Amino acid sequence: MLDYVLKGGDFDTAGEASSKIKRILQQIGVRSDVIRRIAISSYEAEMNVIIHAYSGVLRASIYPDRTELSVADEGPGIADIDLAMQEGYSTAPDHIREMGFGAGMGLPNMARCSDEFSINSVAGEGMKINILIRHS
Amino acid sequence: MSEYFHSVRLTPERCKGCVNCIKRCPTEAIRIRGGKAKITEARCIDCGECIRRCANRAKTAVTDSLDDLKDYKYNVALPAPSLYSQFSADVPANVVLCALIHLGFDEVFEVALGAEIVSDATVEYLRRPDAKKPAISSACPAVVRLVQVKFPELIDNLIPLEAPVEVAARLVRSTRCRELGLAPEEIGVWFITPCPAKMTAFKQPLGAEKSSVTGAIGISQIYGELLKAVAVVPRDANCQRATARGVGWALSGGETSAAAAANSMVIDEIHNVSDVLEQVALGKIKVDFIEALACSGGCIGGPLTVENRFVAEHRMHQRLAKMRAEDEARGAAPAQYHPDSSLTEYDRTIEPRPIMRLDEDIFKAMYKVEQMEKTLRKLPGLDCGSCGSPNCKALAEDIVQGEAVETDCIFKLRERVRDLAQEMVGLAAKLPPSLEEREDD
Repeated sequence: MLDYVLKGGDFDTAGEASSKIKRILQQIGVRSDVIRRIAISSYEAEMNVIIHAYSGVLRASIYPDRTELSVADEGPGIADIDLAMQEGYSTAPDHIREMGFGAGMGLPNMARCSDEFSINSVAGEGMKINILIRHS
Repeated sequence: MSEYFHSVRLTPERCKGCVNCIKRCPTEAIRIRGGKAKITEARCIDCGECIRRCANRAKTAVTDSLDDLKDYKYNVALPAPSLYSQFSADVPANVVLCALIHLGFDEVFEVALGAEIVSDATVEYLRRPDAKKPAISSACPAVVRLVQVKFPELIDNLIPLEAPVEVAARLVRSTRCRELGLAPEEIGVWFITPCPAKMTAFKQPLGAEKSSVTGAIGISQIYGELLKAVAVVPRDANCQRATARGVGWALSGGETSAAAAANSMVIDEIHNVSDVLEQVALGKIKVDFIEALACSGGCIGGPLTVENRFVAEHRMHQRLAKMRAEDEARGAAPAQYHPDSSLTEYDRTIEPRPIMRLDEDIFKAMYKVEQMEKTLRKLPGLDCGSCGSPNCKALAEDIVQGEAVETDCIFKLRERVRDLAQEMVGLAAKLPPSLEEREDD
């Protein structure tokens, strides 16, 4: 079980948590296409916190047959989850988009890469995403 | 032959066991053991960083020599485009090429011609709807090997086309066999190379079952003789057929412009390539074509070149400007050989060669990951390399794999010595009860 504390707006360390998770999965010997899905999911989850929230924790629980990712953050949350799940929908401000982030693909990418995906949010407080990816 | 052939070799007498090469290796393939650098073959991608880095010139690349020409009835030199950059732009390409004939070759066939054919095939490939994007050029053998060992998930993104030298070799070998009535084994086809990885590619090809190239001769190995020959070759000699489009492949970005790839990215230097591929694997790079080269500046920066890479780059730009003007004047068609797909076809899949895995058994591997993290936390994190592993993380891995022990770390060793010394002092002060003076008496 690995916990990574994330801070909103901290682009210096962005992507570090997901590269560590990826490295461990490679050391364990998980299939490379599965690693890729986990890496993309954790990266998007990590970036989601950095772009939108104030702070959050990304937790990766790695088992022999599956990896579970959970990310909980304190932030604005999502008012309309169905809308947020649509490709291309984003609430990211312009300065974030100018950096090439906030294309509205984060949540749909996470859902696409995972075997099980759930998202809960209270607008104004934060949100929690749970992702499960099987190794075979 | 062992499972892996590598062209990068060590001259043990010259190796001082310093840490320069282990720290620079992009796949952490080198350890210092017994005072000498030792390459883990499965991890080596033949990029030549260690050759470049070694101040004692202990690292070399095995290549063939001009003596090997005598074993063949007909010898063809395949000069890499980067060869032209080793000479001033005032020396015509023709003269450089004909100097090779002077050295004992029967014919010179430019790899730049192969590059033109591959450029056309690349244009075609990028148009295909089933081409996986971003399509990564497979022209640089060290980059292909980097993908195999570090980014197996990107293997399908590699463009399934042969490298220019292989295409040139196939073309010249098949034509000369027919025209001269020689058996394929009677023709020697030699790459004049800036690159140690190419040597490996011929001995152990990744794509084609058997390479059409007989061997490789390092540019640096024949440079002296070539310089002498350049002086005596008549200036009006005629050996050159390739255009600036193919010759430009010597420089980083040359392949991209030759293939006129619009939405493309050019990366050179192996660590940069590794960083960008990391992002490609995350799906962050939305381009159609990636030209990735292991050497800084492209092939002109190859470890087997002689000239400084920036000097070579400058000369190449000058030469290309001249060549473009000449090409236009003589009305040279961009591709003189129509690409026949059998020339460029890749006929074997590239296998992943993952190096990260700690154990075949997933349970054991997970245990080792935990142990490794624990060990790493105890190490000083200075990444000094004195233990013979490139950094503390690598030492932690070597320890869990049973290839090193904690006291290989000089700081850990010092700690142990200090603890033992303190224990000894404590023990020395200790007296048996029979000698101890008691206060309660």
